[in-house]
Amino acid sequence: MLELFTYLANWLAYGLLGLNPDTRVGTSIHFFIEDTTKILFLLVVMIYVIALARASMNLERVRAYIQQKHRLVGYFFGSGFGAITPFCSCSSIPLFLGFTSAGIPLGITMAFLFTSPIINEVAVIMLWSLLGWKFTLAYIVIGMAVGIVGGMILDAMKGERWLKDFAAKAYQKAAVEAQDPGKDIEVPETPKMTMAERHQFARDELKEIVGRIWKWVLIGVGLGAALHGFVPDGWFADNLGSGQWWSVPAAVFAGLPLYSNATGVIPVMESLIAKGLPVGTTLAFCMSTVAASFPEFIMLKQVMTFRLLAMIFVILLANFMVVGWVINAISPWLFSGL
Amino acid sequence: MKHFEVLGTGCKKCINTAETIERVARELGQPVEVVKITDPAKIMEYQVMSTPAVALDGKVVHSGSIPDRDTIAGWINP
Repeated sequence: MLELFTYLANWLAYGLLGLNPDTRVGTSIHFFIEDTTKILFLLVVMIYVIALARASMNLERVRAYIQQKHRLVGYFFGSGFGAITPFCSCSSIPLFLGFTSAGIPLGITMAFLFTSPIINEVAVIMLWSLLGWKFTLAYIVIGMAVGIVGGMILDAMKGERWLKDFAAKAYQKAAVEAQDPGKDIEVPETPKMTMAERHQFARDELKEIVGRIWKWVLIGVGLGAALHGFVPDGWFADNLGSGQWWSVPAAVFAGLPLYSNATGVIPVMESLIAKGLPVGTTLAFCMSTVAASFPEFIMLKQVMTFRLLAMIFVILLANFMVVGWVINAISPWLFSGL
Repeated sequence: MKHFEVLGTGCKKCINTAETIERVARELGQPVEVVKITDPAKIMEYQVMSTPAVALDGKVVHSGSIPDRDTIAGWINP
């Protein structure tokens, strides 16, 4: 069904605009039309459908659910809920404090916050349509692993020692209360919603998300289209080497000053991989752009001391590099069809 | 006079929420006081996890989105 968008792009670019498919401008514009129409169509349909399903989910229930779990399972759930919970980065401070003051360990809260920007329904839809299900699955596993491992390391280093005072006190108080064996954690009930209320929620959600990300889609696909048309095939392999170890840290540092959300980066990833940049290097670049953003760190400064922030930063960078190296090493058999 | 607090760490939606409450109050001809709370410790005391949130006379009445006009009118003129 998605070939429809290839025909549409053929008709618009080569027919209506009269561009030549053998020129760089021609292929770039074709790529841009095909990807923007396809992505925007899928986004509108899928965001609406998913929002209908999760209309009754709220953070209070998520929190109670995580609290009931054993600590080790908690990392997994923290990261998993980070992936599926709709979440805007301006909510990260209240969420962080809400979790912390309920006695949820810092590492589990951070597993949620690490994974949240990397995985969301928009990213998954785009990856699936542009790079296929194998890659999408690998991306989800890696995104969750980055969150889970990052959170575990943070707890192993007892990162909660370097929370800001008021947050540390709230955490200790809740941790003491949690020792009381008679204390039950109540999961708030699922609010009952009518179909009309779900529709209303999904419509608002659709408006809000598309209103926020359409620019990123255009910029991302625009960059991807330029790469697609103007960078010769195999250019990366010829000029940046094909998977030498240093190309991964280089990609991580290149991604740092860039700040984008997953929506903007994925079309660029598609082109980078098509032009021969190794998959692990591309993923390291993508995660660094999406998950280690300075605006986010400045926000977290309100609840963390500089020392803790620096720890988190180093843990994230190290994780991205390991991801890059591991994927580069195993990608020949993992993505043989890509 | 009704006392509103808009809780949020300073994102665009929080500013929007405060402005919307003030506008609706003007339309209804009711004087209200709207204060923006950005201090994370205060927000934590209210136990709010999704912002923007609204507290009316010290009680949280809404969280997670910009409240719509009818809801706000209901707070001002119950």
